[in-house]
Amino acid sequence: MSFAMPDFMPALPEMFLLGMTCLILLLDLFLTERSRVVTYLLAQSTLLGALLLTFTLYEEGRALTFHDTFVIDPMGSVLKAVIYLATFLVFLYAKDYLRARNMFKGEFYILGLFGVLGMNILVSAHSLLTIYLGLELLSLSMYAMVALQRDSLAASEAAMKYFVLGAMASAMLLYGMSMLYGITGSLDLGHINSSTAAMEGNQMVLAFGLVFIVVGVAFKLGAVPFHMWLPDVYHGAPTAVTLYLSSAPKLAAFAMMMRLLVDGLAGLQEQWEGMLVLLTVLSLAAGNIIAIAQANLKRMLAYSAISHVGFLLLGVLSGTEVGYAAAMFYVIAYVIMGLGGFGMIVLMSRAGFEADRIEDFKGLNERSPWFALMMLILMFSMAGVPPFLGFWSKLAVIQAVIAVDMLWLAGAAVVFSVIGAFYYLRIVKVMYFDKAEPGLPAMSASLDLRVMLSANSLAVLGLGLFPGGLLALCVATLA
Amino acid sequence: MIALSDYLILGAILFCLSTAGVFINRKNLIILLMCVELMLLAVNMNFIAFSHFLGDSGGQVFVFFILTVAAAEAAIGLAILVVLFRNRRSINVADLDSLKG
Repeated sequence: MSFAMPDFMPALPEMFLLGMTCLILLLDLFLTERSRVVTYLLAQSTLLGALLLTFTLYEEGRALTFHDTFVIDPMGSVLKAVIYLATFLVFLYAKDYLRARNMFKGEFYILGLFGVLGMNILVSAHSLLTIYLGLELLSLSMYAMVALQRDSLAASEAAMKYFVLGAMASAMLLYGMSMLYGITGSLDLGHINSSTAAMEGNQMVLAFGLVFIVVGVAFKLGAVPFHMWLPDVYHGAPTAVTLYLSSAPKLAAFAMMMRLLVDGLAGLQEQWEGMLVLLTVLSLAAGNIIAIAQANLKRMLAYSAISHVGFLLLGVLSGTEVGYAAAMFYVIAYVIMGLGGFGMIVLMSRAGFEADRIEDFKGLNERSPWFALMMLILMFSMAGVPPFLGFWSKLAVIQAVIAVDMLWLAGAAVVFSVIGAFYYLRIVKVMYFDKAEPGLPAMSASLDLRVMLSANSLAVLGLGLFPGGLLALCVATLA
Repeated sequence: MIALSDYLILGAILFCLSTAGVFINRKNLIILLMCVELMLLAVNMNFIAFSHFLGDSGGQVFVFFILTVAAAEAAIGLAILVVLFRNRRSINVADLDSLKG
């Protein structure tokens, strides 16, 4: 076997990210508390630089490199671009929050950037090994980020729960991977796909491995019954970290599912379809119903995230290209809405006041009519009210399952989204029809946060009015 | 000669034992971390056995990566454990109940 130099070009954005992150890690040591903003600015410019590189490298076809362990294709490039933008917004929203809590340290940005690198590797993975390494780089960064607020009891407990369950999920996934490797004799997803598709007759062992893979993926996505960690982690982590966890990693989890199930195990579609149907129905039911009982907004949004995962799975389980495109559209739409939702909590909070209870939003309309309107847009969109973005994404995934004649599943999705509308509309009711509690401090967020959050919410409205472009992009990347 | 299935059965037993350990153990978080490590080792057993019997070195390379990542994971897990102990003065699993709902 001769050693050939691999083509480094497709992985240029990742290498740039890695280099810059290491540079920031070093540079941050020499900065004083007052000049910490340099770390922030460097982190943001790193994300923009990576976005630019990904944009210039965009090509229609797909290319493999590093002995076929790394793939670059349109779906990956689009997902990466959204990951950079989402993380850019997270860093921007989180700045004031971190400052007020004495957490404005380099660690947040460095761990965040390493997480982005992990997500990128996951999105571009074309081998079981790269999937595992990307996943662990992402997960390890996130465990540490949840525990970033060292003196908080809730945060350390959330971090421990997240760590134990996350590590277990990785082990499950690995066990499934070992079975796949044993049967197909290869770690390469393309090779696994061709040999499983060619396999005739008894697929017992393969299905056994598949169960573990699906369990691992469901854990990372947070689908019921593997969702136990999600509400606790979202609730316990500092809101700035929750903002990070709830946005870009969802895109990476979606990409991981696509790589494993569609690129790697398309031959077993009948088997995984059944498992995903079960996960979908349970996620939709449990997510929407338990969310009604929550008094904490972060916890409510966590259960709402679980129900959104249910919708996302609808698109994937339909097993058609249209369905995958609908799922990709859904996950991008969800990330935009989720950023806005958690961004509102960050906006309302200040030192010593978390603003994460639903009653903290009482009478928001009197205090700040503009942001009450922004929150209204976000909540309506998450509930799936036309003409907002959330409506079109729900419509797309439901159309995808109707197209494969799973009418009962589409019916269940509609019923549960109607149930879900209750708790979103309750927020609107609290903001507009309840009296504000006296003694709440005035909003003190900085200008960049206000402007970007408004832009984020208006994007939900704008993309809702003109959903064609984004949807066409998703369809084009997966065709 | 030890057959492939023997290795796989041993791996499966180890994996089940460690999974049971995670769920049954209600006393000590460190035992929980040990169970997680054991799960990864059970997987390594599978990979090595397959790699040997398939005559393919990919599985052994994978094992090296798993071992490395497991070391990093243990470091982060223990760090979180220390933070938790400082805040709560206990590493009892049953005490982790402040987040509910």
